[in-house]
Amino acid sequence: MATEHVVDQVEEMALNTVDDGPWSGGESPMKASYGKLMMWYFLLSDAFTFAGFLIAYGSLRFAMPSWPVPDFVFQSFPFLSGHYPLLFVTFMTFVLIVSSVTMVRSVQEGHRENKNGAAYWLLLTILGGATFLGCQAFEWYTLIVKENMTLTVDPFGTHTTEGILLDHDGKETEAIKVGETYLLHKAGGHGHGDDHGSEAHPMPTTPGDYPGFVIDEGGFILPKYKVTQEGHPDKGEIKTLEYGPKAFGALFFFITGFHGFHVFSGLVILVIILINVMSGLYVERKNGYEMVEKVGLYWHFVDLVWVFVFLVFYLL
Amino acid sequence: MANVDIHAHEEVHAHDHHEDHDHHGDKYQSNFITTYIFSQDHKMIAKQFLITGIFWAFIGAAMSIVFRLQLGFPEESMAWLKPILGKWIVLNDAGMGTLDPEFYYALVTMHGTILVFFVLTAGLSGTFSNLLIPLQIGARDMASPFLNMLSYWFFFLAGAIMFSSLFLSTGPFAGGWTAYPPLSALPQAMSGSGAGMTLFGVSLIFFVVSVLLGGMNYITTVLNLRTKGMTMWRMPLTIWAFLVTAILGLLSFPVLVSGILLLIFDRSMGTSFYLSEIFIQGSALDRVGGSPILFQHLFWFLGHPEVYIIIVPAFGLVSEVMSVHARKPIFGYKAMVYSILAIAFLSFIVWAHHMFMAGVNPFISNIFVLFTLIIAVPSAVKVFNWIGTLYGANIRFNTAMLFSIGFVSMFISGGLTGIFLGNSAIDIPLHDTYFVVAHFHIVMGIAAFFGMFCGIYHWFPLMFARYMNETLGKIHFWGTLIGAYAIFWPMHYIGMAGVPRRYYTFANFEAFNTFAPINMFISTAAIIVFGLQILFIINFFYSIFKGKVRTEKNPYGANTLEWTAPVHAGHGNWPGAIPHVHRWAYDYGKDGIEFIPQTVPLKEGEKDMGAH
Repeated sequence: MATEHVVDQVEEMALNTVDDGPWSGGESPMKASYGKLMMWYFLLSDAFTFAGFLIAYGSLRFAMPSWPVPDFVFQSFPFLSGHYPLLFVTFMTFVLIVSSVTMVRSVQEGHRENKNGAAYWLLLTILGGATFLGCQAFEWYTLIVKENMTLTVDPFGTHTTEGILLDHDGKETEAIKVGETYLLHKAGGHGHGDDHGSEAHPMPTTPGDYPGFVIDEGGFILPKYKVTQEGHPDKGEIKTLEYGPKAFGALFFFITGFHGFHVFSGLVILVIILINVMSGLYVERKNGYEMVEKVGLYWHFVDLVWVFVFLVFYLL
Repeated sequence: MANVDIHAHEEVHAHDHHEDHDHHGDKYQSNFITTYIFSQDHKMIAKQFLITGIFWAFIGAAMSIVFRLQLGFPEESMAWLKPILGKWIVLNDAGMGTLDPEFYYALVTMHGTILVFFVLTAGLSGTFSNLLIPLQIGARDMASPFLNMLSYWFFFLAGAIMFSSLFLSTGPFAGGWTAYPPLSALPQAMSGSGAGMTLFGVSLIFFVVSVLLGGMNYITTVLNLRTKGMTMWRMPLTIWAFLVTAILGLLSFPVLVSGILLLIFDRSMGTSFYLSEIFIQGSALDRVGGSPILFQHLFWFLGHPEVYIIIVPAFGLVSEVMSVHARKPIFGYKAMVYSILAIAFLSFIVWAHHMFMAGVNPFISNIFVLFTLIIAVPSAVKVFNWIGTLYGANIRFNTAMLFSIGFVSMFISGGLTGIFLGNSAIDIPLHDTYFVVAHFHIVMGIAAFFGMFCGIYHWFPLMFARYMNETLGKIHFWGTLIGAYAIFWPMHYIGMAGVPRRYYTFANFEAFNTFAPINMFISTAAIIVFGLQILFIINFFYSIFKGKVRTEKNPYGANTLEWTAPVHAGHGNWPGAIPHVHRWAYDYGKDGIEFIPQTVPLKEGEKDMGAH
């Protein structure tokens, strides 16, 4: 080894006499190890996958005449019965972002070679991620079970013309506001509001044309309304409310599902890394718990993607 | 001087048992399975990619022969193919066998998919990136040998899935390699759209995993693991090409995943991302709101960079081989690098030129026409630089060099027709005709194959420590060059006459019937060229075992580092220390010296050609 050192030194002197370029090899550009670089490249490619989905979302959404208003669609909160627009999703977003903060702390403790600190903050990160997934499960449950949204059926329609809604007996009641989103209910379903009739006037449950509404083959109640918009070709006609754009449900479940899958994979990796941290594996490596940092990159990326998903589904 | 240095290192390391141990089999290469099957050595993985690629090239080419038989000799009986193709050859009462039309489409589809993805992406970039990146930049192996191994095995898995789809009773996917919905989205659309398309989609997803694992490795290795003195501007053009190819793949293949995942949902979950107002057998489907154009955008955002993923490695291989055998520095090294970068950048903003006739807004088409035609500029820079390299050179006309010159010929011929097709107005009569078929086969099919052949003939001694047979190689080259032009040149004319591609027969079209003799000529040429490729395969496998043995380290007098490794380089490539680099890769004929390897230090006052 000593001789090699001498040879290197001899060559070093030779190098000093001629301009040999700045690259001396054996070091990493930007002080990033190859493993960290590969994680960055993977995240870059994954960003393109998500970008593909979000572009698909944009192109399909803006080809539609209307789109459900998120304030109306996302307004339920567990154990509470009122309307809390976007409150729950704000909570779950907050939890996810806080889990990024705890991740940062774990990386920091890793840099300090503090095994217990890294493990503690990693555990909190896992809890945050799991809470987020649980919240997502609740949101999907509400949409699928209570509100009957599926990949192919979107019961959240939006008014596109001025008109007057009819009540159960076909009498004109309240005026329709253009741009307001409504939810179509299933006949015989449990819920609230007058779509479900009262003791005196039980709602029919068989498909058919009734004075104030139509029940279709899928069991959905489609209330009738009279078009009153000036200049509308159908002015004065009685029409039924329509389903929302199919693409809404499909895109929502697909994209939030794909993101949720990323969160789930992240949780699995975090648990593996936590086990490795606890076992003392990284103590021997003396590289500042770089594996924690790498999974941290992935975790922050998943958070960042959620910001975009949140933007397009909940805010726009 | 450099040789003295290296010997000094070798002596030092002869006493270093740990280092020595590395090249006689280490924990990664201790038995047959870890050496030849689940190998983590980049040289072995390169050979795996190459041989798998050759297997797929044979399958894909054989498919083209079957459908060329149908196109060239529609009246002839194909009953003799019944033992291979089984029920896809339909026999009539007189014993005359005809090719099932659905299977004709399946053959065309599989030919495209196999050649584009499995042969010219995995077989070309996979082989040579793996072989040359560590050896030419002076690295022991890839940044992550394990992910590199996974990259090959995901490719193998993708291939196995695609191969199994060939044996389905409903046949493989038959809706074109681009897999446009609704043919790909509705299982009831045609027989191959059922299980065939499912396997097609799954196979492509695994293929993308393979490309990404490989690409992440190639980029990281090139950026991080270069040996001392190997600045970016001293890298051989092969390495620049592989780096840019990997970046293209990393940024474009994920979008294909987006497209195919949405397609899988349309197929199996009833969504309508790509479907709207579809009628099948007279009745309307309840699938509205989607857009088939959306799939085309997502597909071609990959699809166009993909053709550069195919051709850019060929650029690199051809430049390197040409410089070595012309015994001249490559003309305009930096222009070559910048033109590769420019082509790569432009390749991301031209995808809609594949969709001029698909219903895209004509005003948006204008922008894509502009960028498409701008690609001609860096492409022309490259062509003139290759010609400049050849000009006044004392050329060694061996097979590798012939193929690199043949590449330039093909690239010019195919590139010129690209200028026609890049114009959206001229594309109105030419789209989906044999003109398009001729264009892309010459410019990215034959040209990329020529780049691959020039690489195989040149680096075969590096891979197998034996030479391929030169006589057979020259027969292979001249036959393929003439034959390829004989196949594709006439296609331009029938394309300009309006003959559409992908048709099973022209018997019912008065206007296209008159081209039957030309089709017969094309098919005959195709069969001859196919025979020549079998000659190549025989030469390849024969030479692995019986070829002339390579005894010297640097048989071509090349400057790059791969020729400083021992003839039978083990895992880790260099037995001693890694060689250091002092100059760029193209000091040929400098100051009257025939070649100066990169390991030789610069003399006092000597100009460093690789300086910024």
